[in-house]
Amino acid sequence: MSCDRESLAGAVSQRACVFCGSRVVLYPIADALHLVHGPVGCAVYTWDIRGALSSGTELHRLSFSTDLQEKDVIFGGEEKLAGALHELIDRYHPRAAFVYSTCIVGIIGDDLDAICKRVSREKGIPVIPVKSEGFKGGKRDGYMAACAALSRLVGTGDTSGIGPFSLNIMGDFNLAGEIWIIREYFEKMGIQVVANITGDGRVDDIRRAHGAALNVVQCSGSTLYLAQSMEKEFGIPYLRVSYLGIEDMTESLYAVAGFFGDPHMMERTRKLVRDELAVLYPQLQKYRQALRGKKAAIYVGGAFKAFSLVKTFRLLDMEVVMVGSQTGRKEDYLELKEITSDGTVIVDDSNPLELASFLRGKKVDVFVGGVKERPIAYKLGIPFCDHNHERKEALEGFIGMLNFTREIYSSVMSPVWQFVPGRKR
Amino acid sequence: MPAPAPQKVERKYVSTVNACKLCTPLGACLAFRGIEGAMPLLHGSQGCSTYMRRYIISHFNEPIDIASSSLGEKNAIYGGAINLKKGITNVIRKYRPQLLGIATTCLTETIGDNVPMILKEYLKEAGGPGDRETGGPGDRKDFREQGGLPLIISVSTPSYVGTHMDGFHLAVKAAVESLAEGGEKTGRVNLLPGFVSPADLRYLKEIMEGFGLEYTLLPDISESLDAPILEEYHKIPDGGTPLSEIRAMGRAQATIEFGRTLNYSYAAGNPYTAADYLQARFDVDKYSLGLPIGINETDRFFAVLEHLSGHPAPDSHRLERGRLIDAYVDSHKYLFGLRGIVYGEEDLVIGLASFLSETGIVPVLCASGGKSGRFEECIRAVCAAHAGNPAESLPVREGMDFYQIAEEAESLKPDLLIGNSKGYPLARKLNIPLIRVGFPIHDRIGGQRILHLGYRGAQRLLDQIVNTVIEKKQNDSPVGYAYM
Ligand code: SF4
Repeated sequence: MSCDRESLAGAVSQRACVFCGSRVVLYPIADALHLVHGPVGCAVYTWDIRGALSSGTELHRLSFSTDLQEKDVIFGGEEKLAGALHELIDRYHPRAAFVYSTCIVGIIGDDLDAICKRVSREKGIPVIPVKSEGFKGGKRDGYMAACAALSRLVGTGDTSGIGPFSLNIMGDFNLAGEIWIIREYFEKMGIQVVANITGDGRVDDIRRAHGAALNVVQCSGSTLYLAQSMEKEFGIPYLRVSYLGIEDMTESLYAVAGFFGDPHMMERTRKLVRDELAVLYPQLQKYRQALRGKKAAIYVGGAFKAFSLVKTFRLLDMEVVMVGSQTGRKEDYLELKEITSDGTVIVDDSNPLELASFLRGKKVDVFVGGVKERPIAYKLGIPFCDHNHERKEALEGFIGMLNFTREIYSSVMSPVWQFVPGRKR
Repeated sequence: MPAPAPQKVERKYVSTVNACKLCTPLGACLAFRGIEGAMPLLHGSQGCSTYMRRYIISHFNEPIDIASSSLGEKNAIYGGAINLKKGITNVIRKYRPQLLGIATTCLTETIGDNVPMILKEYLKEAGGPGDRETGGPGDRKDFREQGGLPLIISVSTPSYVGTHMDGFHLAVKAAVESLAEGGEKTGRVNLLPGFVSPADLRYLKEIMEGFGLEYTLLPDISESLDAPILEEYHKIPDGGTPLSEIRAMGRAQATIEFGRTLNYSYAAGNPYTAADYLQARFDVDKYSLGLPIGINETDRFFAVLEHLSGHPAPDSHRLERGRLIDAYVDSHKYLFGLRGIVYGEEDLVIGLASFLSETGIVPVLCASGGKSGRFEECIRAVCAAHAGNPAESLPVREGMDFYQIAEEAESLKPDLLIGNSKGYPLARKLNIPLIRVGFPIHDRIGGQRILHLGYRGAQRLLDQIVNTVIEKKQNDSPVGYAYM
């Protein structure tokens, strides 16, 4: 099995590019200006792409582009970029600006660094280039570019008022308000959350994030590089966590409490978990009975999410017959093999044709994937559950487990499937 | 200080905020999707095709495969020829398309890849047929038997020039240029509908059949992007204009082309369209019409059909038209004087403005991200005739983004927004209804089933608009009246 390679020319991959990777990571920082330097397409296609919620300002939900035209491609877009930054910073007063380079900028050779530096000086806010030329790799290279951009903010703020029991939440994008759920858990445990990176993120919080005692990192790769560089530079350790499913959620909270080693905190954590489960378990039962033995297939962006989903389905007594991801690494796939039963199909960077044949062949009852997989499933009359950046229901935390189960239940049990050719029982 | 100018001072915009357009290659991919057995391939980096697929899927709720030559850093420096050739081979092997439609992107245009030349090389190396003369075979079955190469056409779509509509029309033109053949005239009619919904296309077919006309609709996404549920996944969706029909377009008696902004005269040195090409090369009469939205524009379309078929319109259409006028009458009190902002693709906006002004709604702002240079003149042409809508007062704006639309909206005090889903934030801010039309509709189900064209489309639009207006009144009313 090969993975972590470039997509083949001519393939219809479900993968994205560097620009996309960096855009999705940085985008939820709500009080920053996110300016895409390039032709209009890239900016429109990523406009409000994730629906990351904000508890205040919503600057991130707008789509800014320098909309390069032919003459800019010929004569260069530097002055246009500087002009756009001036105009937009004056209009919106952001706390920082991110400038994303797209394919074409890498070719015409605009000096982003110089422009950003100049405007930063003129405007007195950080103006940070994000090196995200689309052709320079895959989505994961985009994550790295985003983390490199974030590193330029971290360490520039005042850390006073940050206690010893403190952490940064990393790798969560506050889809459907999920980061608020997680924040509340940590706060109930007696932990101060310094910065959300990046869901519902604020520039000033990120600038002082190096004052926290711990980084908790969710998701396969998006902010891992930042956590690693903060460890190197500021000596802040990090823990990898997952908020999906009871098992991983609970383990993550205990791991965090364990890290701080405070018995009172551990006691509070136990109580938190107990209270949540007391509410959750009885509600789960009826769904579980109905879902027992049904077959699930998983195809998601990151392998970490795939792990959590496998465990979640196990909890629901369902069988996982296929699991795959777009950006997994070799170790990830070995681990997936470990936690699934023999005969489970494991796929990397699949294409629609392959996916369709697996789904058909394995007679799955429900398919969990991203928005690009949905129409394939539906076209074949296979129940589908969105588990990607576009979700509008919180799937994290204990409440998220219930929401997820409900969604699986309502997908599998819907009466519409009786009309689908080839699916009559 | 001099008094402020009556017209808003034109600001020098250097950035686009919430664009009201999409990039050129997306339009080309959509058009290629409307050709039978075709597969679109983007020559560029991986991201573009993924984005565009995601974007198109969110409107049509249909699978859409767009292959990519997946250029990496090396290719960006040394040129993308090798990747493109590899990509073509892989797509042919995997998808067995009848036609491969290649569109460039901003990346490959900027590095200066000469796609037609690369294709020539490719065909030579592959040693197969595939150019215009030897062509791909007529349908998929004999293609498989022959095991030959598909037809390959390419279109240059630098995303820093124009909008998705330019890409769309360029792809249609490229298909016609590389396929259409001359020969003995037939009575067929070519219909180039532009980018309209699958529901619109199905209705257009019904109309053509009603007139007893043999016709070719190009492109035809009515099935390929709005298909029934399947037992097996089809690599390439069914439907689309058959290649044999595109070949026959050069022998047709006439071409009808929708899109008032397209009505260039190529003699004047302007870029010309597929219909112009057919006229110049094969002497096929050209009828250039606006999108038939509302009564006037639809009447013009029907008049051409009556002329071409030599028959009057079938009774069913006359009845539909009569009922529509009846409905105009029933609704007029609710609509007269209402102020509507219309935005989207230029030709769609022109059609909608024509329709709205027939009902008494004043299009107080017509906006588009496109920049044909003809938008304003076309809007004036379709709105001039209607009392109560002095055409001179209509602000018509090209090259707009949603920031600019919102800026103007503030003082315009509109009652309604008419356009795609992207206007939702503005509608929400202004607390006025949004009537969803065009593309993209990705906050509602059924974007592909919205009917805009003809008497039937006007009827549907009218009912939707007037009922939305009534509902708003009802909701805003302190007593919640139950009779109109
Ligand atoms: S890189 Fe160019 S072609 Fe690709 S999405 Fe962006 S603007 Fe469109």
